[in-house]
Amino acid sequence: MRLIRYIGYRLLLAVPVILGIVVLNFFLIHLAPGDAASVLAGETGAATPEYMAQLRHKFGLDQPLSAQFLHYLLNMAHLDLGYSFRNDSPVAALIFDRLWPTALLMVTAFVIALALGILLGLIAATGRNTWRDGVISLVSLVAYATPGFWLGLMMIVVFAIRLEWLPTSGFDTVGAYNEGWAEVADVARHLVMPAVALALFYLALYARLMRATVLEQAGMDYVTTARAKGQTERKVMTGHVMKNALLPIVTMAGIQAGNLIGGSIVVETVFGWPGIGTLAFDALQSRDLNLLLGIFFISACLVVVINLVVDLVYVTLDPRIEI
Amino acid sequence: MRAGLSRFARNRLALLGAALLLCLLLTVILAPVAFPGDPFRLAGRPLQPPDASFPLGTDTLGRDVAAEVAYGARTSLVIGIGATLGAILFGVVIGGLAGFYRGTVEVVLMRLTEFFQTIPAFILAILIVAILSPSVTNEVIAIALVSWPAIARLVRGEFVALGGREFVLACAGLGAGDARIIFRHLLPNCLSQIIAVGSLLIGTSILIEAGLSFLGLGDPNVMSWGLVISAGRAVLRSAWWICTFPGIAILLTVLAINLAGDGLNEALNPRLRDR
Repeated sequence: MRLIRYIGYRLLLAVPVILGIVVLNFFLIHLAPGDAASVLAGETGAATPEYMAQLRHKFGLDQPLSAQFLHYLLNMAHLDLGYSFRNDSPVAALIFDRLWPTALLMVTAFVIALALGILLGLIAATGRNTWRDGVISLVSLVAYATPGFWLGLMMIVVFAIRLEWLPTSGFDTVGAYNEGWAEVADVARHLVMPAVALALFYLALYARLMRATVLEQAGMDYVTTARAKGQTERKVMTGHVMKNALLPIVTMAGIQAGNLIGGSIVVETVFGWPGIGTLAFDALQSRDLNLLLGIFFISACLVVVINLVVDLVYVTLDPRIEI
Repeated sequence: MRAGLSRFARNRLALLGAALLLCLLLTVILAPVAFPGDPFRLAGRPLQPPDASFPLGTDTLGRDVAAEVAYGARTSLVIGIGATLGAILFGVVIGGLAGFYRGTVEVVLMRLTEFFQTIPAFILAILIVAILSPSVTNEVIAIALVSWPAIARLVRGEFVALGGREFVLACAGLGAGDARIIFRHLLPNCLSQIIAVGSLLIGTSILIEAGLSFLGLGDPNVMSWGLVISAGRAVLRSAWWICTFPGIAILLTVLAINLAGDGLNEALNPRLRDR
């Protein structure tokens, strides 16, 4: 019951953020050179004059700014993000069609980054100042500085072109019409490289954070107590230190959610992964600004949702937090 | 500050970063000497693999990749440093106002900061450049607009911590105005932290810039690493060198900045040393 109240409270807190995104979008539309209607129509010149007139009426573009904003807000509240002439489809439908591949890519990358990052951080912290620590630090320093899209291109050169182990791009093999597990395996083969390219930066981030927090926790009194009552080193690490060291990782995961979506745009573009990122790239190429604005709006809302989930995970992990 | 610099000099990784940065600066300065003329100029046969005359090969149009990489260094540095300065300016104003005046001002400004930290920064940067049209200035504006929150939080924290200290209270008691307290006493006291965090922001800014120009949002008239990579993508199968070398340049530059920045952080911010 209290959890439900807490969820309700957190949802209320999300309202100003969503409103802020709408205000920002509205501001950006008016920042663009020229008439707002041409921005909303996608600035492709593909819209008919009738549609432009209809847009002007719908968004109240002949009215004062405050009325325009009210119109815009109402449309956004109904998830009416406009129509993309270039793609001949409503913007919202276009985005929701592409949501699933992006979610699959992000979740896979996130799980890889989290699992390997925690593991490597633990190895580095338990072997502090040994060669293992040095190697892991070096790898994370390099991973920190590597642009994800370039890493993806290099992986294509090595693993797809030279070694021919993995497919270069796409979601599944075109024309293969696999079904069941064969299709799952096919998608998984296509997913490996984009997921790794997207994950590497966050892997390094979590490894560094994990190492730092494990070392910090290892000096705490409760660890000494656990050792004093005869707990084995392994139990001290898994049962006591790890539990506490995971909390900052969960917080960091929430903070990085927005960056993960941003990173998936370039990575998807490199691998032709048919998600929101490729959609954004195509929108950029055809200067379909309204589609881009829609993508920004939906992904920002997605980040708000992810942060809500992270908060819930946090309160269930840490019994000290009163909700 | 001097003690900090000697701590920096004892840090071998930080020195390595500084040395790499020096090489980068030399590249920027010597690019017009080593590769006279426009980097967009056609230098030889297209798609030549690396050899003696073109150590990094040529691209699809027959431009020298080595010249492109050398001239791209300037663009990356200018945009990285420019965007960081913009972010610092923005962050100091917002964080400073929040930390100095507290109360409602603080609540509103810090909410705004959190908001900008939550929304997907890279997509916002894409939108801003796409709307303002691709150019170096607009890239700087867009990157600065998405990177200021870290600085704002830092400055606010420092101002709040310093605000209650005796020397600040004494100044206020002696009748010093807000501006004098802020510019003569508070800001100089958090300058070293701003420098340390800002130095790391340069690396992030360069990565964002590379991503933007890879997506075709770089200035089309200015050579940049992301631009070369995006042009070389189409011939990745036959000409690996076009994409490879600019990427290595990005990697080394950001690595150097991170190493030197980490060193600065440790040297100037003893409290942050364990993070």
